[in-house]
Amino acid sequence: MEQLLQQLVNGITVGSVYALVALGYTMVYGILRLINFAHGEMFMLGSYFALTLIVSTRVGVLQLVPNVLLGLLLVFLFSMGLVSTVGVVVERVAYRPLRRSTRLAPIVSALGASLFIQNAVMLTYGTQYQVFPEGLLPTTVWRVFGVEVTLMRVIVLAISLGLMAALYAFVQKTPLGTAIRATALDHDAARLMGIDVDRIILTVFLIGPALGAAGGIMVGLYYRQINFTMGWTYGLKAFTAAIMGGIGNIPGAMVGGLLLGILETLGAGYISTGWKDAFAFVILIAILILRPTGLLGERVAEKT
Amino acid sequence: MALLEVEDLHIYYGNVHALKGISLDVGEGEIVTLLGANGAGKSTTLRAISGLVKPRSGNISYRGGSLNEIPAHEIVRHGISQAPEGRRLFSTLTVDENLTLGAYVRLRDKASVEDSRKRVFDLFPRLLERRNQLAGTLSGGEQQMLAIGRALMAAPQLLLLDEPSLGLAPILVKSIFAKIREINEQGVTIVLVEQNARAALKLAHRAYVLETGRISLSGSAQELLKDERVRKAYLGEK
Repeated sequence: MEQLLQQLVNGITVGSVYALVALGYTMVYGILRLINFAHGEMFMLGSYFALTLIVSTRVGVLQLVPNVLLGLLLVFLFSMGLVSTVGVVVERVAYRPLRRSTRLAPIVSALGASLFIQNAVMLTYGTQYQVFPEGLLPTTVWRVFGVEVTLMRVIVLAISLGLMAALYAFVQKTPLGTAIRATALDHDAARLMGIDVDRIILTVFLIGPALGAAGGIMVGLYYRQINFTMGWTYGLKAFTAAIMGGIGNIPGAMVGGLLLGILETLGAGYISTGWKDAFAFVILIAILILRPTGLLGERVAEKT
Repeated sequence: MALLEVEDLHIYYGNVHALKGISLDVGEGEIVTLLGANGAGKSTTLRAISGLVKPRSGNISYRGGSLNEIPAHEIVRHGISQAPEGRRLFSTLTVDENLTLGAYVRLRDKASVEDSRKRVFDLFPRLLERRNQLAGTLSGGEQQMLAIGRALMAAPQLLLLDEPSLGLAPILVKSIFAKIREINEQGVTIVLVEQNARAALKLAHRAYVLETGRISLSGSAQELLKDERVRKAYLGEK
């Protein structure tokens, strides 16, 4: 029983990161019907930017700011902002010129952008693993009902659930959020309302990469080792989560991410660790066969 | 001076020459209807006025200024709104959210937006009952009310209505057309695209008949109701 609870807590932690990254895929798909294959790189860039801010300068952010949590907050804000900028540039350079072309062209362009960013990071930082410094945060551990909960884990959960709640409130309650949902349904009808569709696309390419970056920073802080290929592995998982929840559906991405994290951890814990990554795709295939639109995806009909 | 003036408008979809030199004008306070068969270019004309398609040549002017270079999302700000063909409601959004989006360009002016919302509910009390329902779950008639109501939320001076009677039972058509007259009497100029020529001509002041991208006939609605060619081709008489 305790073991099961422990696995669940682990699963939710990993899953909440998948969910954050999945949101970027799903929001861009919702508006542009485009799979942004460069999105995994936003996750990776977030991690590298954060690492750079923390260690590579003589005086990292954490040395300048006395309070560790405040320092980390600054690291998050800076890195997310930088990655948002990259996201907007990628949209301008790789996607906007192809807005009116066939659907295949922007996908190829997305893969190109992904390769470009990966190689740029590899050339800058080298091919070896980069390591976050040890002991950034106190290794406080709480025991709740026999389950070990580390401070780091609490932070990861708090940040990702907090960001998701904020995004949900933004999309549901604000005029700009409502305009995003409307644009996802019908571009021309949105234009008739006076919604500037280009501005909506820009907004989505600010939010998605920022959330992806947050995921990347947390993975860096949590596992401490990062590599320029990490965007591919995590991106694929998050993409799976987005499909599971029903791509284009924002709550779907959240549910899909959490579910994927939990199932994967349970599979690794009770069946075999070696097959951990395979579980994700077995689940994906099962869902695609049983429910091709994803768990919450019935609303997203293909536009004709 | 006319409120809206369209001069020699040419529009292409790819290689298809959809509008071949349409000219028309709409005066302040009028109801002008565009009649014609499917594919004659009625909806394209409305889409052009709203800026969703841009003309290859010709000019659309509104209150003396050209709309040609103004993007679609800016045109609403000039006081032109449209209830488009097929209604194009945001089906997974609530009735209230659809109405709010209709007023998207003037949401800062909260009091005036709520005033418009109240007027829409006065005009279509059914929408008030269903305000928290998803637009996609409304009946056909209610959806049409919402499409018109959403367009009214922009507080337009010029309202473009594309086939408001489409798919509605005759009794509903009658009630929708009565509402259109009411809206016009409140001072809104209306361009009405219709398949239901008889109902449209009874409502409108003037009419244009379109055939394959050109205007073949125009005149006052009364004249056209009596016109031999209109009676044969569009009113189903022999």
